[in-house]
Amino acid sequence: MEWLFAVSIGLLTGCGVYLLLRARSFSVVLGLLLLSHAVNLFVFAAGGLSVNQAPLIGRGSPYADPLPQALALTAIVIGFAMIAFVLMLALRALNDLGSDRVDARRGDEEQ
Amino acid sequence: MSTLVLVPLLVPLSLGALLLLGSRLPIGLQRAIGLGGGLIFLAAALGLLVQSIQGSVAATLIGDWPAPYGILLVCDRLSALMLTLTALLACASLLSATDGTDTRGRHFHALFQFQVFGLAGAFLTGDLFNLFVFFEVLLIASYGLLLHGGGAARTRATLLYVVLNLVGSSLFLMATAMIYAATGSLNMAHLAGEFAGLEPTDAALVGVAGMLLVTVFAMKAALLPLHAWMVPAYAAATAPVAVLFAILTKVGVYALLRLLILLADVGPDQPMLAPLELILSLAAVLTIAAGSLGVVASARLRPMIAYLVMVSVGTLLAGIAVGTSDGLGATLYYLIHTTLTTGGLFLLADLVAAGRVQGGRLLIGDQRQSTRVLAPLFLLGALAVVGLPPLSGFLGKVWILDAVKAAAPVSGPVVWPWVWGAVLGSSLLVLLGLSRAGVLLLWRGRDGEPARLTVSPRSAAADRSRPGALAATIGLLTASPLLMLFAGPLTAYTLATADQTLDNNDYVAAVAALVPTSEAVSARSGGLQP
Repeated sequence: MEWLFAVSIGLLTGCGVYLLLRARSFSVVLGLLLLSHAVNLFVFAAGGLSVNQAPLIGRGSPYADPLPQALALTAIVIGFAMIAFVLMLALRALNDLGSDRVDARRGDEEQ
Repeated sequence: MSTLVLVPLLVPLSLGALLLLGSRLPIGLQRAIGLGGGLIFLAAALGLLVQSIQGSVAATLIGDWPAPYGILLVCDRLSALMLTLTALLACASLLSATDGTDTRGRHFHALFQFQVFGLAGAFLTGDLFNLFVFFEVLLIASYGLLLHGGGAARTRATLLYVVLNLVGSSLFLMATAMIYAATGSLNMAHLAGEFAGLEPTDAALVGVAGMLLVTVFAMKAALLPLHAWMVPAYAAATAPVAVLFAILTKVGVYALLRLLILLADVGPDQPMLAPLELILSLAAVLTIAAGSLGVVASARLRPMIAYLVMVSVGTLLAGIAVGTSDGLGATLYYLIHTTLTTGGLFLLADLVAAGRVQGGRLLIGDQRQSTRVLAPLFLLGALAVVGLPPLSGFLGKVWILDAVKAAAPVSGPVVWPWVWGAVLGSSLLVLLGLSRAGVLLLWRGRDGEPARLTVSPRSAAADRSRPGALAATIGLLTASPLLMLFAGPLTAYTLATADQTLDNNDYVAAVAALVPTSEAVSARSGGLQP
C-alpha cells in the first residue's frame, strides 16, 4: 500500500507543478488544486499508514495517530477556501485585464 | 497562565466579526469601532511588553489542554516587540484610512481586523501548525485588503501574490508533516528538545523540512529569488494597506528567526543544513543589491519605497545570519526603525501623489502649499532610510555592520566584506535615488528654479481635508528621531530580547511550566501518553 500511496502523491505533485508552470490562469488554478490534494495526502501519511484502526485512544486496541487526521482536515478546509478564492480572482482578472494570461500587461499604468 | 495574551487575539477577532455583520453601519461608527479595537490592541501589546521587560514569559493553554498537544500561546520579549510594532502600524493605518480610503470598497474595517488577528496569532503561537493557520488567516485578509479600491493593477498584483502564497502554503504543510513524522510533535518548545537527540534518518528528514520552511519564510520575507510578488503588491495597494503590509515581510523574518534557532539544535553536521548560514548571507547580499538597483531604476515613488522594503529585509537577514546576540540585537533595533519609517514613507508617497495628475510619477509636479509640510517630512524619512546621522537608520546599520565584522572569526573571512560592500553600496544608491525623487517631486519648480512656496487658499484647504493621513505620516516618521533619542534603553531592550531569543531556555521553561488548571484534564492527559 505504501508504494501506491507514494506514487499517487508523486503523480499529483508532478501534474500540479506542471500545470502551475503554464501561463494561463485556469491551468494554474487546476495545478494548485492538484498540489493541495497531494499535500493533504502527504499530511495524512505523516502519522504512518494503517488499516482498520480507529483514531481513538484508550480502547486497548492499536490506534491510528489522530493528529495528522486533524491536521489534514484543517488543511482541506483552508485549501478548499483558498482554491475557491483564487478561482473567483482568476475570473475577475480575466474580466479586468481582458486576458487569462497570468502575466497580462494591460492595466499596468492605471491607479 | 496569563489571560492578557488572549486580548490581542480576541479583540480583533470579535470586532472583525461584528464589523462583518454590521457592514451597513454608518462609516463613522465603523471607523470608531476599528480605531477603538486598534487602541485596545495597542494597550494590550504595551501591557505584554511591560510584562516581558520584567522578565516573565507569558503563556497560556487554550481550552486547558496539556502542553505538547493543546493549542498554546506564548509571549516572550520578541513576540511582545513584534506585537507592539503591529499595533503602532495598525493605529497609524486606521487613522490614515479615515480620510476616505476606507469607503472605496466594502468591508475594509472587517478585513483590517482579521488581518491584525492573523498577525497577532502568528507572533503569539507556540505551535508550528497554528503558525500555518494564522499565516493563512493573515493572508486571506491581506488578499482582500490588497484588492480594496479595485482596478486592473491591483487585480494583477493580487493574482501573482495569491498564487505564490498558495504554493508557499503547500510547501509549509509538507514541511510540517515531515517534522511531525520525524519527531511526533509540532510544539515549538517541545521541538527544541526533540531536535537535539534525533536518529540520523530522522535528522535528515528534519533537515529537508527545515530547508523547505526556510524557502517558505524567505518568500514571505521577499528575499531575492522569491521576491516577485512584493513590489507589484506594495506599489498597487492603497496607502493605509501598504502601511500595514510593512509588517508582512517582517512576519517572514520573524518566522525565519524562530526556525533558525530551532534548527540550530539539529546540529551543524547535518548535510542539508550545513550551508544554511552561507546561503542566507548570500541571499541577503543579493537582495540588498537588487533592491538598491530597483530604487534607482524606479520611475514612481511607490515602487521605489517597495524596493526600500526589499533592501531593509536584506539588511535584516544579513544581521540574523550572523547568529550572535549582538547581531540579533542590532537587527531588532533596525527592524523597529525600518518598519515604522517605511510605513510612514508609504503614507507620504500617497500624500505627495494626491495633488498630481500623474499620480506619483517622478515628474516635475505642480508645486502646492502642501510642499511646505511634505518636503521636510520627505527629507526626514529619506535621511532615516538611507542611514545618515543623526537618525536611527545610521545607528542600526552601523551596529549591524559592526556585529557582522565582529563575527568574522566564526563565520569565516568571506562573509563580512560582502555584507559591508552591499550595505554601504546600497546606502549610496538609495541616497542617489531618494535625492532624485525628492528634488524632482518636491523641490524643483517648473522652470528649473527652486520652487517658491506661496500660500494659495485652495490647496491649503485640500491639505486640511486629509488630517488623518497627515497626522499618521508625521507620527510614523517622527519615530526615527525618537528611536535615536531613546537609543540607550531601546538598545538595552533589543539586546536583552536577542539574548532571550537565542538562549531559548526561558521560552521552553515557560511552556514546560504550564500545567492545566483542572484536575479532570490532567487525568485525561494521562491516557494520552503513549
